[in-house]
Amino acid sequence: MTQRSATHATFAIERVYPHEIARVFRAFADPAAKKKWFAPPQEGQPDRHSMDFRVGGREVNGGGMHGGHVYVYTAVYQDIVPDERIVYSYDMTMDDVRISVSVATLEFRPQGAGTRLLLTEQGVFLDGHDNPEQRERGTKGLLEMLGRSLAN
Amino acid sequence: MLNNSPGLDQMFQALADPTRRAIVERLSRGPASVSELARPLPMSLPAVVQHLQVLEQSGLVRTEKLGRVRTCSLDSGALSLAEQWINDRRLARNRQLDRLGAFLDAEAIKEKKS
Repeated sequence: MTQRSATHATFAIERVYPHEIARVFRAFADPAAKKKWFAPPQEGQPDRHSMDFRVGGREVNGGGMHGGHVYVYTAVYQDIVPDERIVYSYDMTMDDVRISVSVATLEFRPQGAGTRLLLTEQGVFLDGHDNPEQRERGTKGLLEMLGRSLAN
Repeated sequence: MLNNSPGLDQMFQALADPTRRAIVERLSRGPASVSELARPLPMSLPAVVQHLQVLEQSGLVRTEKLGRVRTCSLDSGALSLAEQWINDRRLARNRQLDRLGAFLDAEAIKEKKS
C-alpha cells in the first residue's frame, strides 16, 4: 500500500555581496557565468545541463550518481525583472520519482555599493514516508535526538 | 526553523516516557491496533489509551477507526524527513551562494587586472 503525503516547508536566506546589482544578476542570467558556480564542483559536471533564461524557459541540471541515486532538477522561469527579481518553480526527482516541487524567489536589492540578495524557497515534499525503511530510520533518528536532548 | 517549532517540544515530551517510546518503536515496524499495542505492556487498556492520546497530540501517532478496531500508525517519518530535506536544501543553497560570492570576487579581480 502506497501512503501518499505532502509536507510543506518554507525557508529564506539573505546574503550581501560587495558587487553591484547588475553583476550579481548577470551571474544568474548568463548561462556561461551560472555554470561556473551553480553546481557543486565535487560532483563533477552533471551529464544533463541546459538553461533558457526567459519567462517560460527551462533549466535542467542533473544526472550522474550521487549516493547511488540519480537526481534531476528541472526549473521553469516564471517571472524575470532585470536587476530586481527572478521567480522560478522547480521539481526534484530521485530515480525518476518526483520528491519535491518548489517555488524559489530571488530578490536583488541595493545595499550601499553592493547587493542584498534574498532567497525564499517554498516547497512541498512528496510521499516522504511511504518507504518503511526510511520511516524506521526516521524514528531511530528521533529517538537519538531525544537521547541527546535528555543528556544535555 | 522546524527545530524551534512547538511541535518538537511536544514530541520530546511525548517520548520522555518508556511506555510511549515502546509504543513508537512498535509502530515504526508498521501499524497496529490498540489491543495489539496493549498486549505486551504491563498495564490496563485505559492506561495505554491515555499514552496513545499523548502521542496523538504530539503528532507522532495517528489513529483511525475502522469498524470496531482503532488502528494506530506512526506519523514521524514525514516530519523528520521534511526536516532533513529542508536542512539539506538550506545547506546546499548556502554553499551555492558561497560559490556565487567567490565567483563574483574572482570576476571583479580579473576585470581590475585587464
